[in-house]
Amino acid sequence: MKNIERLQTLKRRIGEAVGNAVKASSIELGELTVDLKVETLHDTCKKLITDENFAFDTLIDVCAVDYLHYRQEAGETWDKPRFAVVYHLLSTSRNQRLRLRVFVEESSPMVDSVIDIWKSADWFEREAFDLYGVLFKGHPDLRRILTDYGFVGHPFRKDFPISGYVEMRYDEEKGRVVYQPVSIEPRVLVPRVIREEGYGA
Amino acid sequence: MPEIRNYTMNFGPQHPAAHGVLRLVLELDGEVIQRADPHIGLLHRATEKLAETKPYNQSIGYMDRLDYVSMMSNEHAYVLAIEKMLGVEVPLRAQYIRVMFDEITRILNHLLWLAGHGLDIGAMTMFLYCFREREDLMDVYEAVSGARLHATYYRPGGVYRDLPDRMPQYEPSKWHNQKAVDRMNENRQGSLLDFIWDFTERFPAHVDEYETLLTDNRIWKQRTVDIGIVSPERARNLGFTGPMLRGSGVEWDLRKKQPYEVYDRLDFDIPVGTNGDTYDRYLVRIEEFRQSNRIIRQCVEWLRNNHGAVMVEDHKIVPPDRKSMKHDMEALIHHFKLFTEGFCVPEGQAYAAVEHPKGEFGIYLVSDGANKPYRVKIRAPGFAHLSAMDEMSSGHMLADVVAIIGTQDIVFGEVDR
Repeated sequence: MKNIERLQTLKRRIGEAVGNAVKASSIELGELTVDLKVETLHDTCKKLITDENFAFDTLIDVCAVDYLHYRQEAGETWDKPRFAVVYHLLSTSRNQRLRLRVFVEESSPMVDSVIDIWKSADWFEREAFDLYGVLFKGHPDLRRILTDYGFVGHPFRKDFPISGYVEMRYDEEKGRVVYQPVSIEPRVLVPRVIREEGYGA
Repeated sequence: MPEIRNYTMNFGPQHPAAHGVLRLVLELDGEVIQRADPHIGLLHRATEKLAETKPYNQSIGYMDRLDYVSMMSNEHAYVLAIEKMLGVEVPLRAQYIRVMFDEITRILNHLLWLAGHGLDIGAMTMFLYCFREREDLMDVYEAVSGARLHATYYRPGGVYRDLPDRMPQYEPSKWHNQKAVDRMNENRQGSLLDFIWDFTERFPAHVDEYETLLTDNRIWKQRTVDIGIVSPERARNLGFTGPMLRGSGVEWDLRKKQPYEVYDRLDFDIPVGTNGDTYDRYLVRIEEFRQSNRIIRQCVEWLRNNHGAVMVEDHKIVPPDRKSMKHDMEALIHHFKLFTEGFCVPEGQAYAAVEHPKGEFGIYLVSDGANKPYRVKIRAPGFAHLSAMDEMSSGHMLADVVAIIGTQDIVFGEVDR
């Protein structure tokens, strides 16, 4: 397993270079995940792109995750902060990948923007703000991107219903498009279940 | 003296060159672009949120509808992510079938790109030529999955079924008499693989045709050379992948660098550009036609000589066949459980990416151990490319915006998700 060895080397080097920023790091399914302290994110990213050993020249993806209902069906509650912002980095010169994760509380969902390090963060951060309401400090233009003009709320949060709150139709009398409370009955075709390992074997 | 002000213009969302539903707010100084601000989201369907409410297998169909011109490549990334978390090893024959269809999809996608890109900047004939070849490939899709576009052919554990032994044939109708039908059926006498082989024999000559029309064409070059130049450093920083990155001279292709399925057993080359302009990206994609053709031929040869399963045997993930359900209680239970509940994926997270025709298409999957994903994040290449619209187009003329949209190969299904 050459891949695993390379990941372990990368993990060790990250520990050496930015050790005090790292909360936890793990290798699962051939991927390295590093959980960072939220306040150290920007400095760590700066190091990861400039340092020869890392050279993470491409930011592949930024996304938010809402852990509100994580393992709810198994009767567990999530004890870490509610939101995570996940960064997928890629180094084209060293051919390696890295996943960074920072957790933020619901009361102050604020993360430093990395737009000055990777320009591609621009729209990804706007998307995470739009869908989850995570704020990115230092982003010059944090507008909504995917939802409608004038949309209220952050639709991908777990407490936002799948059918939404409002629907739109054309009103004959008023001669324009109007919004009204949603008329779709929520329904679940296949309930969500968590089975223990080896279930039915 | 009158005050000189920039002119703000709205482009799209209903504009034939907007490739769907792109709305661009352009700030112009005369005819020169100062700033381009794409407004996206008009095709937003919340695919990621919908996938969270459905068992894993029921979302495969949604993946087809993301980038609706390269359907199977999208499915591939999704299915790979699930397989990674389940720890499933896919049978070799299924891997070859997947690679073959990935490359067929690449040709399909590039054909539509060339058709649209050509049409946008004045080469009407390209559109007709490209659709001629697309027709054959969509017949291949139909023969194998029953659908010409949204195939839902890849499943966790393999592919839905083996390749058919007989290529479907045309039947006489009001519009085509027996003689015409016989002519149309000439290359459909054998199996699906024979038909694909026949296509790969014909296709390089067609690519030559396209090149005759465009590569040295003076108008084509005037519209594309030195338009939208991106340096390798900027391309990486802007999150470019696929032909957009290779056009800038970076030799990066997941099929070579991080091979998945059987790409490490196949022989093919990665074309790269030098200037990073629209013309180079055109040349890169044209060469990818030929390379994909090469890969398909190798796959056909292998598939002709090697038979076997195309799905894993594990009925916790894969439904049992109809026949065994009639007499085997176990099979009936498995079938019932799979279609009423689906399968549970172990807790954890995984990222799987494929070299999609447009770039790196990735799926980030978070599972909490349930029968539905906890979070699916779709990393669409077009999203990153379109976000560079401002940087690529500022300083160019208004007419060049159309060439830049074309070269980015934008499809709104994946940008808006």
